[in-house]
Amino acid sequence: METGKSLAHDSAEIQVTGAALYTDDTVTNAGELVVGFVGSPVAHGVLKRIDLSSLYRIPGFVAAFTWQDIPGVNLFGPVIADEPFLVKDVCEYVGQPIVVLAAENASALRKARPQVQIEVEEETPWLTISQALKQNSFLGTPREIKRGDFEGAWRKADHQIEGVFYSNGQEQFYLESQAVITHPGEGNEILIQASTQNPTELQEVVAHMLGIGFNEVVCSCRRMGGAFGGKETQAALPALMAALVTKKTGRSARIAYDKDTDMHVTGKRHPFRSEYQAAVDKEGNLLGLKVELHSNGGAYTDLSLAIMERALLHVDNAYFIKNITLRGQVCKTHLPPNTAFRGFGGPQGMAVIENLMEDIAAKLRRDPYEIRSQNCYGNSPRDSTPYGQRVESRLPQILNQIHESSDYKTRLEKIGQFNETSLTHLRGISLTPMKFGISFTATFLNQANALINILKDGSIQVSTGGTEMGQGLTVKIRQIVAEELGVPSEQVKYMTTSTEKNHNTSPTAASAGTDLNGMAAANACQAIRARLAEFAAELFADTQVGLSKSPEAIEFSEGKVWDRRCPEKQVTFGELALQAYRNRVNLGERGFYRTPGVGFNQFTGKGSPFHYYTTGACVAEVEIDRFTGQWKLERADLLLDIGHSINPGIDRGQIVGGFVQGLGWVSMEELRYQEDGKLLSCSPTSYKIPNFGDLPKDLRIELYENPAPNGSIRKSKAVGEPPLMLALAAFAAVKQALGHISPGKIVPLAIPATSEEVLRCMTWLEDPEAAWGLTNSEIPLISKPGQSHTNMAEKVA
Amino acid sequence: MKVSMTVNGVAVSHDVEPRTLLVQFLRENLGLTGTHVGCDTSSCGACTLILNGEAVKSCSLLAAQCEGAEVTTIEGLAASDGTLHPIQEGFREKHGLQCGYCTPGMIMSSVQLLQRNPNPSDQEIRHALEGNFCRCTGYDNIVKAVQWAASQS
Repeated sequence: METGKSLAHDSAEIQVTGAALYTDDTVTNAGELVVGFVGSPVAHGVLKRIDLSSLYRIPGFVAAFTWQDIPGVNLFGPVIADEPFLVKDVCEYVGQPIVVLAAENASALRKARPQVQIEVEEETPWLTISQALKQNSFLGTPREIKRGDFEGAWRKADHQIEGVFYSNGQEQFYLESQAVITHPGEGNEILIQASTQNPTELQEVVAHMLGIGFNEVVCSCRRMGGAFGGKETQAALPALMAALVTKKTGRSARIAYDKDTDMHVTGKRHPFRSEYQAAVDKEGNLLGLKVELHSNGGAYTDLSLAIMERALLHVDNAYFIKNITLRGQVCKTHLPPNTAFRGFGGPQGMAVIENLMEDIAAKLRRDPYEIRSQNCYGNSPRDSTPYGQRVESRLPQILNQIHESSDYKTRLEKIGQFNETSLTHLRGISLTPMKFGISFTATFLNQANALINILKDGSIQVSTGGTEMGQGLTVKIRQIVAEELGVPSEQVKYMTTSTEKNHNTSPTAASAGTDLNGMAAANACQAIRARLAEFAAELFADTQVGLSKSPEAIEFSEGKVWDRRCPEKQVTFGELALQAYRNRVNLGERGFYRTPGVGFNQFTGKGSPFHYYTTGACVAEVEIDRFTGQWKLERADLLLDIGHSINPGIDRGQIVGGFVQGLGWVSMEELRYQEDGKLLSCSPTSYKIPNFGDLPKDLRIELYENPAPNGSIRKSKAVGEPPLMLALAAFAAVKQALGHISPGKIVPLAIPATSEEVLRCMTWLEDPEAAWGLTNSEIPLISKPGQSHTNMAEKVA
Repeated sequence: MKVSMTVNGVAVSHDVEPRTLLVQFLRENLGLTGTHVGCDTSSCGACTLILNGEAVKSCSLLAAQCEGAEVTTIEGLAASDGTLHPIQEGFREKHGLQCGYCTPGMIMSSVQLLQRNPNPSDQEIRHALEGNFCRCTGYDNIVKAVQWAASQS
């Protein structure tokens, strides 16, 4: 069996020697130009004048382009084409590209940048959700998912709990910033080499911009140095810039953002504001829920509507809620368009209800685990989601198992005693479940094609639309192909992802890369294998010994092929391939796969958008320093049901990596903007992602043994995004710890629960009069330098 | 200006702008692209290499500062016959990498750690590698990779 092995990452051998090539590592072509851009100096303003006249005196400077130089369409976007490639009249975020520059070398480009004169008439920007709500500024139309009678439940409720909950943004922080190289071909042809999760989309946006057919553009991607959703749509701008330069100059062109530029101009995880009302009975049962979600979409639509949809589809998380009304709307602001980031709205949706579970427990003075457990999905009729899909999962069993294995009960009691006695620290523990829907909610994206080529030496090439960003897709697909064809995985090579081999592909996203592309590859293998079995049957048939031709009797295993009835006569897979070729048997095949049974109507808010759910749970224990608000994750127990894993080594890596990324979101990653829309936390010197020291001292990971997993390819389940949401347990644990300060009081805490946020919250809980600033809010904007001093002076005066 | 140094045992010399960074010198003049640039601000550690026996971040050193120096990059770590250094093997075997972009820097920092402390504890590894960021792995498998390498000697 090739699947189920913990093979090393596909390129590990060359990644540890420095030989693996990322986009910007590829050798420079003769005459290649270095590309950069000059963007808007303001978050909101009218572009009045561009003066490029002094550029041409700079040695090594080659060309500058504005919107007027675009041969085709100046608008792009994955769903709605509302984003201009180069600003024509209105600037809508700081750094939005206005002028594309090309130079012979980086030094000339650097000298050129300050010589671009841009005049903009500045207008007031709105940057936060609250500011956008005041402006009535939205993207797209509101969405609604509704079941039962919330109002009725609310009126009859023993406890009415209401509030507003904020989860703030997060930078993807892939280590390899956006990078694209373009090359001219013959005539209109153009080749794009990009760090992208979505080669097909780059092919299409570049063709639109250049006014040429999709068939003139080929886009390829060997690998990415991390992506996490940040390269699902946002590789488009650098690709457009390089492609325009190549088109206009006939030369290869390269653009590689530095980290500061990348953080300034690319979109991030959406901040959410969620206003909720929960109807709860005496026993702690959640009988009704109403949530009004608003996200900060930034200046253009990008994927914001789909992200809001997924948020709405995940507010229920693991809980059955009979009467529910969910509404979501995306706010338009003057920030770079926010975009995909691991979880895609799911984390923001789930955070709302996990926060609420803590609030219910606080109000009823109950153990939050009991509240969660009694509200959990179960058997019919408690297995139906607000949108009508049935939840087939073992959530109650998973909760039960981790409750036992983590020794939750004993630890909870010990923590209670600790908090009674400690004057310096507070501890908290929480157990949160996770249920994440697998499939694109836009049904048409749930398709994939794959190409299998068997060569005359029996080596195999597999190509799919799936891109490798570190998640291990390529090694898993090699394992799947190897198993289908009965050869060792080493015999299979995953080829560079390219639109020339696989067309109309979906982005590698939604945790569905292996599910979709693996299935397509398996389908192709099965067709070839059938032809090879037919051919081998003829080869092995021997009427003299009474061996009739029987394709069903042909075995493919460990690189050998034989007739089951005569195992002593074997050929290698390579020998068979050569013989087959000489006998004109087709040794190539395209496979296709579409996920069965998925469909969701966004207008009625009903359907079965997901092929299945990946589920799990986490127990997190935290300790807070009462003087500083700093907190540490002391121990984390993670339990996930990922079916029969194709590569447990890779999947465990995904679990820890996703969890730690989620931990960053809930704890330390804080995006701070100046009131004029400039991002201040624009590099790792001012934006903190988790480090070695942030790993919990004690980290335990277990895979749930599901006897009958309802997964996808070879009964495996998607694992890319789900573990991120397990980190909500750490957030809930902080809330619980803080709850000890003033029992029965609801703890107002936002994501991220930074030290400052925790300190503010502690102060407020102890004495609301003494508290400074708001707890549980959108991250406040920072005054421009100079102005803050005036404010301080006024305050002092 | 002319800058000369020994990189992975080979004497090299190039005419460069005085402002050229060591990492640019390696990537652009020598074509050694295994050393990556992550943040340009010496925070992330992706560009770590060994300079005169010390792990340093090559994005914040001028090439000119390294005149006459001995530099070892990720390309120079394996034996000349291609046999991997135990740390390289550890990262491969223990899933110490995902996207692999931080890996060269992470490996070079680990090389220095094991030179100074051949049997580091879990906590010592975490402390020694704090100057290197990884966004994919959540660090756990990197700790295991270094432990594995330590157990090989």
